[in-house]
Amino acid sequence: MALIKVEDLTLGYDSHPIVEGLNFSVNSGDYLCIVGENGSGKTTLMKTLLGLQSPLSGEIQFDSSLKKNAIGYLPQQTLVQRDFPASVAEIVLSGCQGKCKMRPFYSKEEKELAEANMKKMSVYELKNRCYRELSGGQQQRVLLARALCATGDILLLDEPVAGLDPKVTSEMYKLIEDLNEEGITIIMISHDLSAATKYASHILHISRGIYFGTKEEYLQSELGSLFLKELKGGEEQI
Amino acid sequence: MTNLIESLEYPFVRYALIVGVLIALCSSLLGVTLVLKRFSFIGDGLSHVAFGAMAVAAVIGLSNNMLLILPVTVISAILLLRTGQNTKIKGDAAVAMISVGALAFGYLIMNIFSSSSNLSGDVCSTLFGSTSILTLSISEVWLCLILSVTVLIIFILFYNKIFAVTFDENFSKATGVNANAYNLLIAIIIAVIIVLAMNLVGSLLISALLIFPALSAMRIFRSFKSVTIFSAVLSVLTAFSGIIISILAGTPVGSTIVAVEVIAFFLCYLIGYIKGGQKA
Repeated sequence: MALIKVEDLTLGYDSHPIVEGLNFSVNSGDYLCIVGENGSGKTTLMKTLLGLQSPLSGEIQFDSSLKKNAIGYLPQQTLVQRDFPASVAEIVLSGCQGKCKMRPFYSKEEKELAEANMKKMSVYELKNRCYRELSGGQQQRVLLARALCATGDILLLDEPVAGLDPKVTSEMYKLIEDLNEEGITIIMISHDLSAATKYASHILHISRGIYFGTKEEYLQSELGSLFLKELKGGEEQI
Repeated sequence: MTNLIESLEYPFVRYALIVGVLIALCSSLLGVTLVLKRFSFIGDGLSHVAFGAMAVAAVIGLSNNMLLILPVTVISAILLLRTGQNTKIKGDAAVAMISVGALAFGYLIMNIFSSSSNLSGDVCSTLFGSTSILTLSISEVWLCLILSVTVLIIFILFYNKIFAVTFDENFSKATGVNANAYNLLIAIIIAVIIVLAMNLVGSLLISALLIFPALSAMRIFRSFKSVTIFSAVLSVLTAFSGIIISILAGTPVGSTIVAVEVIAFFLCYLIGYIKGGQKA
């Protein structure tokens, strides 16, 4: 059963297309990695999936089991957040805001949900700490806990390991893998092709050509093998 | 001291204290959001718009100039804040444009059409706050009271939403929060507060009332709730003591309040520095 089905999508800004003829589908429990160079339209695709931006043409169908707006989102950090005085607990709780509708205050269940997610991401001990004083990895775990408050079904991650050191990066990947094994569908944007081929079940490659398929198919494909060869070549030189 | 008690017997002093404290409270609440959204100068910009509107109102001879000032300021605030973090012309540039433009037009119109002989005096008192807070009528006090209470209630009811939208607009939108509507709400409240505050400190000093308490609180506190509460408390205290000092010392009300706010900021900065030093 396809959770999200994208048909013949064209993305871009101000009627200037960046990506054309995009077709793919995401099933429940999938781990989709979107890879491609800078400027290839990965973030634009994610914004379109989230409904922050409308596509130039084409269609995105969401399965009816997926409640509207029940998508968790891990954005790249913005400038505003770097000096925002907010405690970890406040930020995680704000993930429940979509459920509040017009209700002004958080309910007890929502507070418990936030607490459970903080424990799950092991940031509960930090709950009264100020967000901007945390390390990069801790900040990402806080934002992940917030995203989990918004959804139990599907997470969209925009370069979750950008700027993290190797050790924290692999911890982050492990965390995402665990969430996927619990049944949460993952869509992740990544530069890191080796991680993508290690963890993902499906790969969407946006570049000069577009490729979508399972990881195994991708590794066999011309585009995939070419790309991996370049990657390997690069690594050997180092 | 006897001097102070004597002056409190006059109703206009009591009115000034009530209105001053209320405006300080309201403006400090939204100051935190504005500073964080990089709109520190919006108070200045909008107050210039209000000044321009005031000039037009004076020229066409409106008896109640609020009828023109309030809508014009609200519309400008909406235009500036509406699109939030996704604007094409970024916050500071847009504010600068509107601010300088409105100021120039306001002065131009006053200069061409004004019937008053003391033009520079008029402009000066509009910009820097005259003694108009000491000449409030009881109906103005009631108007201010009603508006302040409304702002306060709206702020408390929408506190969590304002936090979510300020911290991460895109995340809020993606999870189904109507971020545009809340940005609009914030814009309207800010515009109303600025028009109110013009009575107290005049156009040029409104920014101080909006941002100083927020900046002071951010030196010391680390969570949004504590920053908001502390800046409200600090703002009320500084406005209150500023008015008292100005009455006792015979200094201009607006600049006295701001002077007190600046001193409070440096105290907070020092406290924050010492606290931070201990941690490291």
